Amino acid sequence: MTGFYTLFYKELLRFWKVSLQTILAPILSSLLYLLIFSHVLANRVQVYDGVTYAVFLIPGLVMMTVLQNSFANSSSSLIQSKITGNLVFVLLSPLSYLEIFLAYISASTLRGLMVGMGVYAAALLFYPLPLQSPLWVILFALLGSALLGVLGVIAGIMSDKFDQLAAFQNFIILPLTFLSGVFYSIHSLPPVWQLLSHLNPFFYMIDGFRYGFFGISDISPYISMSVVLCCLIVISGWALWMLKSGYKIRS
Amino acid sequence: MTPAIEIQRLGKCYGALVALDNVDLVIQPGEFFALLGPNGAGKTTLISILAGLTRASHGTASVMGYDVLSGYREARKRLGVVPQELVYDPFFTVRETLVIQSGYFGLKRNDVWIDEILHHLDLTEKAHANVRALSGGMKRRLLIAQALVHKPPVIILDEPTAGVDVDLRQSLWQFIRQLNLQGHTIVLTTHYLEEAEALCNRVAVLKQGKIIALDSMHNLVHSTRGYTLEFRLSSEKLPSGLQAWPGKQDGCLHSLKIKDSSEIETALSILRESGIQVFDIKLLQPDLESVFMKLMEADSAGSA
Ligand SMILES: Nc1ncnc2c1ncn2[C@@H]1O[C@H](COP(=O)(O)OP(=O)(O)OP(=O)(O)O)[C@@H](O)[C@H]1O
Ligand SMILES: [Mg+2]
Repeated sequence: MTGFYTLFYKELLRFWKVSLQTILAPILSSLLYLLIFSHVLANRVQVYDGVTYAVFLIPGLVMMTVLQNSFANSSSSLIQSKITGNLVFVLLSPLSYLEIFLAYISASTLRGLMVGMGVYAAALLFYPLPLQSPLWVILFALLGSALLGVLGVIAGIMSDKFDQLAAFQNFIILPLTFLSGVFYSIHSLPPVWQLLSHLNPFFYMIDGFRYGFFGISDISPYISMSVVLCCLIVISGWALWMLKSGYKIRS
Repeated sequence: MTPAIEIQRLGKCYGALVALDNVDLVIQPGEFFALLGPNGAGKTTLISILAGLTRASHGTASVMGYDVLSGYREARKRLGVVPQELVYDPFFTVRETLVIQSGYFGLKRNDVWIDEILHHLDLTEKAHANVRALSGGMKRRLLIAQALVHKPPVIILDEPTAGVDVDLRQSLWQFIRQLNLQGHTIVLTTHYLEEAEALCNRVAVLKQGKIIALDSMHNLVHSTRGYTLEFRLSSEKLPSGLQAWPGKQDGCLHSLKIKDSSEIETALSILRESGIQVFDIKLLQPDLESVFMKLMEADSAGSA
């Protein structure tokens, strides 16, 4: 237990010591998105009746920030440790692969949630945002950040260089987040795109998360929860297998 | 008695390259053991397998009776490894680094021992400095400190003195010798053969992944009988009586191989008779370095 807790604490310190970059900067950039998109699109789009575009946008932006930062945390920590070589200190220790996995995921989740809360709190200052069922909000925030934390572990282990990790981020994570309905409801899309969106796990995280605020969603939150949970289990299994087999890190 | 380290038919291939070739090795508790060999011999590979940083291609390895794979938790708790590469985590101070390392080994309150290690490794003043701000030698000493946080019975040091200045090297060895006297098993690799000779009781010499010599330091050093007699003469040409003696020449500096001290007399009288002046005489004892060089030569001759 001490071993797990220490690695978790180390991961926490790692981002906390540079919180300007890891917490404040992402909060600020999300608020800029909010400001610009809500201003430009204010009179043109109304997604749900009685909900202004800006208010509609906030949950999606919060979730997007949570996901991106969870991913960034585990992936960048792992690749830095691999490249600088200090991952050996973890690898030399008696920590089990499960403890290592859980420590990285917990720290990632925590960073995702902190940044998300920051965006949420700041947005509340400017816009009245309803909160229909906080439990769904918390559940999807947790599942989403954990899932992206795990994806970050996988990306961090698989990449040998920073540009490979950047490719992972730019060609997989970013398109999936942007095409998940952060900025629109998928009902406004042509049928083909609607179908494709249903294949994107990120869509379910955003949709379920938004349900918690408005009590309205494109599909049932129970379905979204099941999809996200299944993804989390499958992806975790993959990450755990990599850690257990020593893939790339205990060559 | 359970061996400190037991390695059986251990092999490691990187593609076509055979880094370790069926190595067998047993090191008993309390030994001060030198693992020697030229660059690329496989020393670090062997250590990495023991530490669980690398998986062997075949064979088994255990630390204090615990297999490094199936019993990895127990094995790693008993092993402290100083890696060859100078690695560090730039986010933390010296003290934080050691507290975190203790935590990985399940130790919550380790301050007394951490202070003691810091003191012995002369890092007390740098305890609150960021690791980035340490000099190379200090970073090396921090690596040693990290390997000791959990008081492991078996300590492996992969070139611990590379880049450490003479003064500190002395105090470092004193500290490590003290650990050995307290019962810790020490295994080290180094390219400073005098250090290995002065400190270690037993040696293995690796070359191209194979152990080509394994013996006590005393036996190994004395395995080559005889001495080398070194003369600085007034002439580049040896008198005819000495030309048949085995030896080497570099200008007026001549070295001759002799079997025992009576031959010194013979050599000197031959020189005197031929009227050649002797400016300097040295009698060289066999040392680890000469044995090492000979092993390297002999082995490549054998394999050629
Ligand atoms: N990750 C790796 N991939 C491919 N080859 C490797 C790898 N690690 C080591 N080798 C090769 O294995 C051989 C043994 O390397 P090793 O690092 O064990 O040597 P060493 O005895 O520690 O040498 P040195 O004295 O230079 O530290 C070398 O030929 C090296 O090139
Ligand atoms: Mg080496």
